[in-house]
Amino acid sequence: MKTENQKAWFFVLPVLLLVAFNALVPIMTVVNYSVQETFGNNVFFWQGLDWFEQILRSERFQAALGRQFLFTFLILIIEVPLGIIIALSMPRSGFWVPVCLVTMALPMLIPWNVVGAMWNIFTLPDIGLLGYLMNHTLGIPYDMTQNPFAAWVTIITMDVWHWTSLVVLLSYAGLVSIPDAYYQAAKIDGASAWKVFRFIQLPKLKTVLTIAILLRFMDSFNIYTEPFVLTGGGPGNSTTLLSIDLVKIALGQFDLGPAAAMSLIYFAITLLVSWLFYTLMTKDDAQ
Amino acid sequence: MRKRTLIPILYILFLMLPIYWLIAMSFKTTGEILSGFSLFPQTFTLENYKVIFTDPTWYWGYINSIIYVSLNTVISVAVALPAAYAFSRYRFLGDKQLFFWLLTNRMAPAAVFALPFFQLYSSVGLFDTHLAVALAHCLFNIPLAVWILEGFMGGVPKELDETAYVDGYSFPRFFVKIFLPTIKAGVGVAAFFCFMFSWVELLLAKTLTAVAAKPIAATMTKTASSAGYELGLLAAAGTLTIIPGAIVIYFVRNYIAKGFALGRV
Repeated sequence: MKTENQKAWFFVLPVLLLVAFNALVPIMTVVNYSVQETFGNNVFFWQGLDWFEQILRSERFQAALGRQFLFTFLILIIEVPLGIIIALSMPRSGFWVPVCLVTMALPMLIPWNVVGAMWNIFTLPDIGLLGYLMNHTLGIPYDMTQNPFAAWVTIITMDVWHWTSLVVLLSYAGLVSIPDAYYQAAKIDGASAWKVFRFIQLPKLKTVLTIAILLRFMDSFNIYTEPFVLTGGGPGNSTTLLSIDLVKIALGQFDLGPAAAMSLIYFAITLLVSWLFYTLMTKDDAQ
Repeated sequence: MRKRTLIPILYILFLMLPIYWLIAMSFKTTGEILSGFSLFPQTFTLENYKVIFTDPTWYWGYINSIIYVSLNTVISVAVALPAAYAFSRYRFLGDKQLFFWLLTNRMAPAAVFALPFFQLYSSVGLFDTHLAVALAHCLFNIPLAVWILEGFMGGVPKELDETAYVDGYSFPRFFVKIFLPTIKAGVGVAAFFCFMFSWVELLLAKTLTAVAAKPIAATMTKTASSAGYELGLLAAAGTLTIIPGAIVIYFVRNYIAKGFALGRV
């Protein structure tokens, strides 16, 4: 059992100060902007909650939010099962394990703008490998700068390429921690592969999958750099996800008030959904 | 059984294709790239790499990135160690709330913080320094480091601490001489993830720097827009950004999977 000790606060203090410096001051700045109007020269007028109302009612925000949810939903529904399947079919020991782990982790270590640039080069219609194969070898017209559907397929494929390995690594770690005795018992009982998965492997994967789903949700919901470099939000607004739209308003149009209000709404949604996931997935443990 | 080994092979093939294309592109001349499709470099050239290694704006980008990433890794792990110890060994007022609050900082979109961060670091006079980027990245790296380290420390029995005190060890001596070596795998994993997320992040790094501490990623975006279509150069720069990550991952290959598995939710 843990002992009660209030002096432990001194151990936490450096972390608290550093994170608070980075988190509280900026968030207060954002709150400050969100309730004021400015015409430059550091002159501000009290605006109340008008920006919040305006943002929540604007079709532009609703459309971006819708795209964002669609993107995150597709990411989770593809990456999580795919990651589990790959982890299940990986070898458990031997020479190939480190080879698999290192090559699979590689995409996660590439700077995000390089990921975007790399996929841009890869998909160029006439000189990119994928673009050339699609257009000239398979004869499927494919140009993501013109066709919104192609742009969506490309950003989804890019994210699957970039992050499925996170689910694989975590699931693999969970699978390796299952003792052999469990499998032997299942074999004696004559359990099918599906039953082994459903009643032995899946329950053991629950903790790591919670972490995987939470991390994938947060990061895909906040994604900015990769789709921005790849498509710039286009064609039109078809791949303008929430944070791309936010940066457009904040730095492109310099509308600080609406941008700040939008930031807070955005953050609140992320928090709320993360909390929902968290409570849903850890509900059984509490009982 | 055969079908099962096919899945990881196909997956790795899928992962390697865009990387292959980037590397192949980096050995081509701009003329060859723009003239049409070729699976392998027809006129193999090292010209793109030569530009990067001889032009200070290019190679300083790499040096800057490595400086702030290393700084961030050291700061994050150093302050996360005592905090993780406190969370894994003691109960104290508001501990659970504090832990969750730390994690919420990973949920904040970097895009939300870009502008306030610029103002904050300008006002304390740290704008365009390596330290500014290193500190800013602490926002999402410290919570992660605490999370991972707490998991590893939780796996160490409390008797270890108690025996050491009975043997007359002071706390600092126990922590450095006995406890740290016991959880060195955890420290490695935490350092790896701090390195990784600091290395790949661009938005904040770009916002907080202008000239003196400009990261490689920012140099690349500038080239992409100003020099027209220097795809070969861009590909070479991109290829070089993969190398540090590949080196680091090789060292922790046996621990990365474990890192999260032991962490608590």
